[in-house]
Amino acid sequence: MTGTTAIFDRIVLIALALLSAAFDSAPARAQQDQPPDGSSIQLLHIQGRVHMLAGAGANITVQIGDNAVVLVDTGLARMSPQALAAIRSLSQKPIEFVINTSADADHTGGNHNLAQAGHFISGMGGERPGASVVSQIAVLDRMTASSDKDTAASPELWPTDTYDTDRWALFNDEAIVLEHPHAAHTDGDSIVFFRRSDVISAGDIFTPDRYPMIDTAKGGTINGEIDALNRLLDLMVPRADEEGGTYVIPGHGRVCDRAAVTNYRDMATIIRDRIEDLVKKGKSLDQVKASKPTLDYDGIYGANSGLWTTDMFIDAVYRSLSAASAKSSEKER
Amino acid sequence: MRAILRALLFVSFAVLALAFATQTVGAQVDLSGTYSQTPSQDNTTDPFIGDYTGLPVNDAVRLRADSWTAAKWDQEQHECDPHPADYAPRAPGGLRIWPELDPLTYAVLAWHFEVFTNGTARTIYMDDRPQPSAYSAQTWNGFSTGKWEGDKLKVTTTNMKEGWLRRNGLARSNKATLTEYFIRHGDFLTIVSIVKDPVYLTEPLVRTERWFLNPGYTLAPFICTPRDVVDKPPSWVPHHLPGTNDFLKEFPSNFGIPVEATRGGAETMYPEYIQKLATLPAPPPPPAKSGANKP
Repeated sequence: MTGTTAIFDRIVLIALALLSAAFDSAPARAQQDQPPDGSSIQLLHIQGRVHMLAGAGANITVQIGDNAVVLVDTGLARMSPQALAAIRSLSQKPIEFVINTSADADHTGGNHNLAQAGHFISGMGGERPGASVVSQIAVLDRMTASSDKDTAASPELWPTDTYDTDRWALFNDEAIVLEHPHAAHTDGDSIVFFRRSDVISAGDIFTPDRYPMIDTAKGGTINGEIDALNRLLDLMVPRADEEGGTYVIPGHGRVCDRAAVTNYRDMATIIRDRIEDLVKKGKSLDQVKASKPTLDYDGIYGANSGLWTTDMFIDAVYRSLSAASAKSSEKER
Repeated sequence: MRAILRALLFVSFAVLALAFATQTVGAQVDLSGTYSQTPSQDNTTDPFIGDYTGLPVNDAVRLRADSWTAAKWDQEQHECDPHPADYAPRAPGGLRIWPELDPLTYAVLAWHFEVFTNGTARTIYMDDRPQPSAYSAQTWNGFSTGKWEGDKLKVTTTNMKEGWLRRNGLARSNKATLTEYFIRHGDFLTIVSIVKDPVYLTEPLVRTERWFLNPGYTLAPFICTPRDVVDKPPSWVPHHLPGTNDFLKEFPSNFGIPVEATRGGAETMYPEYIQKLATLPAPPPPPAKSGANKP
């Protein structure tokens, strides 16, 4: 190689290096939370020890302790392999508790699959295989109901431990407090507050991508739903200017802070008041629907098809208020 | 071999020159500074209840606004709502813009933007970062990315919390997107904003604001801590039931504007509407105030 050639080659190399550096110096792209295996599942860190798994049915809350993992809801059974892979990308520690916020299949479908990936340390009799599956007792009642084929579930999905009070708590490197709102989405709801992480897992009491799912067949009522939303707001503290602070993982949809829960509570209250006014005036369900009491919110929360439509929401509110009205008339007699 | 290397060298220099040229064009306007606002007819601080004129609103948001009451701002949960990204420039007050620079190259990684009145500091990313997850929390200012188009900075914002088109109950949904153009002419800055809201607007809402450079202007941060100011329970949600808001009658009566025109809609934005306006029935006069005609 001649000297001229060597210099020429060096110039080429420097030029290529400069070219490469010019492109490398572009600011680094922010890393978005990605599913661990390229599936439709998304894993988001909320804050503290709490993460959210979306895309496996209902949202799954994952709390990572030093020695154990706690889950709130388990999504659909068929999504369990991907859900478990995502959980394992966060921690290899055993799943010790699975908490069900309701008896719904999209919240409990993965109970068996995910609970089997853990074990429960009782402190008394040592370990038992499988995580403790915890719920309010009405969830167990619904899932074991042999007379009700719609709500009965396979025994392997049933909760193993229940509470029948308004509050229950456990500890996994932070206090985890369960509260039972009465007759909201159903009659067996739990909200789960991770106190140090400052995150609440609300189940289907709060679903910002749709109208409140009031399951009247399972004991849900509009007034109980609004009470539950107000209780959520009581627990939440914004960081500043109504942003950040306490976050809520909803049953379905995006993570929200207090401002979004407030708007949702306002919407539920305003629509309840409108329909209640019409019920008091003796209007039929068809007349109520014809008055379009949800028109101003349909573009945000409404749907004409799918699991929970605007019509179903109006039906549920109307029936719930009519039943309440009939009950209060009976009392007056 | 020499020919290949020479070709490679030529291509490298050409691409390198293009890269630097693009970067130079991209950085030619410095937006940094503190600005004061040139008042315009639109940056009203207290819009009238029932004034929906000149906005391409639909029936859904009309019902929303008809149900609204200013008592909303007394709700503990709403006391500290700041102005969202699309509304903050509407309010009168100062503006501060400053860049965030790469410490090694001094390339602008982001522009920060803060409006005095009820606004919060906003970041406009210039590094082509991807959109946040659809499951991530929305914010008042949303997620903004910027691109230079000649000497105009085009800013696209998504992921905003629900806000308002006008502070009289006309809501802007959390499904809206915002496109802005920041245009600096010497000491003047024009911000053109285009809001597209599939929930509440039938056409894009285009607005402009003008600002002038005001060196030395100091902004105070907006810090608000909610506290109970009215004797109401936290569950209180003030609103009017449909057909019961008598305040809606005041705006047309007090200004002599036909009721239909006050309801807004896309056609009220265009000059041709003046002809239609002349054919509409006049509103009823405002009720006489008790004792108003007495000496």
